[in-house]
Amino acid sequence: MKNILIIGATSAIATATARLWASEGHKLYLLARDEERLAALAADLKLRGAPNVHTAKFAANELAGHQKMIEQAIAALNSLDVVLIAHGTLADQKACARDFELTLQELNTNATSVLSLLTHLATKLEEQKSGTLAVIGSVAGDRGRQSNYVYGTAKGAVAIFLQGLRQRLAKSKVHVLTIKPGFVDTPMTEAFTKGLLWASPATVAKDIAKAVAAQKDVIYTPWFWRWVMLVIKMVPEKIFKKLTM
Amino acid sequence: MRRNAQTLPVEIHGWGRHPRCLARQATPLSLSECVSAVDETDSLIARGLGRSYGDSSLGKCVLNMRGFDNLQAFDEQTGLLRCEAGVSIAEIARVFVPKGWFVPVTPGTSCVTVGGAIASDVHGKNHHVDGSFSDHVTEIQLLLGNGEQVAATPSDHGELFKATCGGMGLTGIILAATIRLRPIKSSLIDVTAVRTSNLEATLEAFAHHDATYSVAWIDCMAKGKNLGRAVLQLGEHATSGGFACSENQPKLSVVTDMPSFVLNRHTARAFNALYYHNPVRKTTRGTVSYPAFFYPLDGLGNWNRLYGKNGFCQYQLVLPLAVSNDGLRTVLEHITGFGCPTFLAVLKLFGKGNDNYLSFPIEGYTLTLDLKNRPDEMQLMNELDDIVADLGGRMYLTKDARMSEAVFKAGYPRWQQFEEVRATWHATGKFASIQSQRLGLE
Repeated sequence: MKNILIIGATSAIATATARLWASEGHKLYLLARDEERLAALAADLKLRGAPNVHTAKFAANELAGHQKMIEQAIAALNSLDVVLIAHGTLADQKACARDFELTLQELNTNATSVLSLLTHLATKLEEQKSGTLAVIGSVAGDRGRQSNYVYGTAKGAVAIFLQGLRQRLAKSKVHVLTIKPGFVDTPMTEAFTKGLLWASPATVAKDIAKAVAAQKDVIYTPWFWRWVMLVIKMVPEKIFKKLTM
Repeated sequence: MRRNAQTLPVEIHGWGRHPRCLARQATPLSLSECVSAVDETDSLIARGLGRSYGDSSLGKCVLNMRGFDNLQAFDEQTGLLRCEAGVSIAEIARVFVPKGWFVPVTPGTSCVTVGGAIASDVHGKNHHVDGSFSDHVTEIQLLLGNGEQVAATPSDHGELFKATCGGMGLTGIILAATIRLRPIKSSLIDVTAVRTSNLEATLEAFAHHDATYSVAWIDCMAKGKNLGRAVLQLGEHATSGGFACSENQPKLSVVTDMPSFVLNRHTARAFNALYYHNPVRKTTRGTVSYPAFFYPLDGLGNWNRLYGKNGFCQYQLVLPLAVSNDGLRTVLEHITGFGCPTFLAVLKLFGKGNDNYLSFPIEGYTLTLDLKNRPDEMQLMNELDDIVADLGGRMYLTKDARMSEAVFKAGYPRWQQFEEVRATWHATGKFASIQSQRLGLE
């Protein structure tokens, strides 16, 4: 039985992962913005086999509250075996292109708040000399594209931060996992027409649970995105700038 | 996860991939989001996993309910499970089969939500013993057109309950429900397959066997003395073998539209002949996992792509028992006369129907076939409509994409009472699908 903290627990991917972990009998501590939804999810997870589910309200952009929140979670769980950071928003790129206030807001939610949480968590796990930090990034963070570069900037920043943490924490036996989902059919992406490349949150959740157990460093999910992104990253900038993706 | 307001319409379709429509979609994640969607929108229809074949979950505004997918409470003494409407049967089975419980009634796919199962009042291979899904529902939490919530049970607001079960989502938004699960001793199913050589033998086999689960695959390409030949499948929950639950995820997926010509009358005839001769002996017995027995097609992801980019219609009719024998012969002769390719046609004997206004099952035989979306097939279905109407039968709304208003109203004579209940409970004009508009429901 592991002690697992999930931040942004009501996001579709986090919920699906929490359900997997609940069915394996792990203890869960859930943080999310909407308490009504948190309570509903907690009841669900208990029915699926989680021996204990704590919940607390979490506001990503209230950075000053992060440390206390994490300390409360650790106090409730005794130790942290796995932390999954999953909160985020999908920026409206067109609106952001005209409005820096909006851009800043997206960067704060998707990058700054994550870096703040990671800073506190890294210190705790470093002291503990064990545990997994798993963070949901995105394939969008692999290369800037006109259709979503604000979101991509945030996810790219998180990925680089995680690379640094991974090196730093390796000697303390702390595992750092960067998760890069492709297109996932969630409420966040409801405005998109779904095609063959779209995966369900349950599929992504399975990959996440597997990668946590196997102590992977970076995963693409579903797997084929590793190769899709490899090709996209290899296109020379001279040509890339003329493409319409 | 917070979402940016998006109102661009997206193209959606049912499982038959015909018809298609542009719909504004909302995916509410909390009750308050659900209430505001109902407040702000007219002509709204709830949608679950999109497994109804035709246009019953299509409309201008679609409320995607899959965010409501939490289990709420389970009583191990009574088997009563309370859950949100977006929970799927697959999920219920995944969680509760290992604990020794199974859904009381399941359709041929596990990828349907509880809300969808109630709205379609789905039936399964045990209809003749256990009735439809709603016969095991003890309470429905419904969001009405005026934004209020009401709990409907068979005795409390019984009229609303009867209209909501089988009501195709036209009475309100189903938020949650309580259903009675069935205790099982094993996750395995003991199966007997019986091969029959013609229609008389097939009907005789249905009448003669009294298994909990029974269904027949029927060869709709066979004519003359072979007309109505079938393989009857009978199942019982095994009494031993444990609850090890195999993963019910597709192992194979159809990743692209199959060119439409691949499924033609020759491949259909070959397929049917192979299927018929598959059980080597006249009767074979075995034990299989519950997904293999109930959901064979769930193992092939997106199998609906096999019918090509124009999609297909599933046609399901039921004939009253008194006219079933001769009626089925008339229907089958008409189908084989047309020569349209049909692959997996299914025959089943229903038990007594329930008292809901629009629930499909009535006592008698029900026949289901998949037909490509082409002019010949459309013509066949139009002609079958008339034959079925003359015989006092009807078609299943969950499969329907094309029935006329007149055929619907003849087949479902209680549609006016249904409309009265909808008017009383603020549903008229508020909840509508492309199907309900086609069928002349207000």
